[in-house]
Amino acid sequence: MDKIFFMIFATIGTQAPFDRFVKMLDELCEGTDEEVIVQTIKSEYTPKNVKCVDFLSPDVFAQYFSRARLVIAHAGMGTILSALKQDKPIIVVPRLASLKEHRNDHQMATAMRMDELGYVYVAYDKKQLKDLIMQKDLKPLKHIGEQASESLEKSLAEFIDK
Amino acid sequence: MNNKRIFAVASIGGHWVQLLRIASSLETTHDVAYMSTHEKCASMVEGHRFYQIKDFSRWDAYKVIPAFFSALNTVRKENPSVVITTGAAPGLIVLFAAFCLGKKTVWIDSIANVNHLSLCGRIAKKFASRFYTQWEELATDSVHFAGNVIG
Repeated sequence: MDKIFFMIFATIGTQAPFDRFVKMLDELCEGTDEEVIVQTIKSEYTPKNVKCVDFLSPDVFAQYFSRARLVIAHAGMGTILSALKQDKPIIVVPRLASLKEHRNDHQMATAMRMDELGYVYVAYDKKQLKDLIMQKDLKPLKHIGEQASESLEKSLAEFIDK
Repeated sequence: MNNKRIFAVASIGGHWVQLLRIASSLETTHDVAYMSTHEKCASMVEGHRFYQIKDFSRWDAYKVIPAFFSALNTVRKENPSVVITTGAAPGLIVLFAAFCLGKKTVWIDSIANVNHLSLCGRIAKKFASRFYTQWEELATDSVHFAGNVIG
C-alpha cells in the first residue's frame, strides 16, 4: 500500500509550545523510513528527522489525522477524543507544570485517568515513548461515537426546556 | 421540535471539541448558534450562525473588559434562551454577560478536570444556573453529573 497512508501524526494542540515533546520525538525518529508529521506552535527546536507544521485549520488537521496509522500527542482531551472517534491508536505525553509546559498539572491527571480507564497509551518519559513507538502494531484501545452521553444530552434538554 | 435558541461557546482546541459533542445532539430539537476563538472553527458548524471572540487567558485584564462588552452585544443580538459553555476564560466571560442579561447559563466543566473543578469553573459556579462536571466523584448538590463527552 502507498506509504502515504502509513504515517505518524503528532500534535501538541493549539495553545503553547512543547519542545521537550518535539525534541524527544525527533530523536526517537532518527533513521526511520516512516513519514512523521508534527503539528507544533511557537517551537524553538529545529527538528532533523520529522516534519514540523504550524497551526493547521480543522479541515487540514482532519486530513493528516485520517492518514495517520498512529497519533502521538500532548495529553489534551481534544486530540484524545478525535483519536478515539476515528479509531486511531494514540500515545499521549502529558505536559508538566514544573517544566512550564502548562499552567498546571491537569494533563498529568487526565493522562493517568485515561490510562487507568484503558483509553490511551501513556508515555511519561522518553524511554516509554520509545518502547511504544517500537511496537509497530499498536491497536486503538477503544472506540467512541460522535456525541456525548445520552444522559447528559437528556439532562441538558430538560434544563433548557424547563 | 421546539425552536428555543441555544448559544454554545468554547475556545478552540479541547473545549471546542467537547462543546460540539454536546451541542450537536441538541441541534435536532433546538436552534443552536456557536462562538469560538478562531475563525476556522466556523467550518465545523456549517449551516449555523457563528461568532468569533478574541482569545485570552484569564489574567489578561485589559482584554477581558472589552471582551465582556463585546459579549454583551453578541448575546443581546443572538437573544438565546440559554448559553452553554465548556470553557475556558472566553466562555466564562460570555456566560457572565448572559447572566447579566438574565439568560439561563450552563457551565460544563471540561473532562480534563479530573481531580477538581477548573479555576474558571469555580468562578462560573457562583452565578451559573446549571453546573455540570464530567466526573461523578466531583458531583455535589450543586455540581451535577449526568455523563460525559466520551459518550
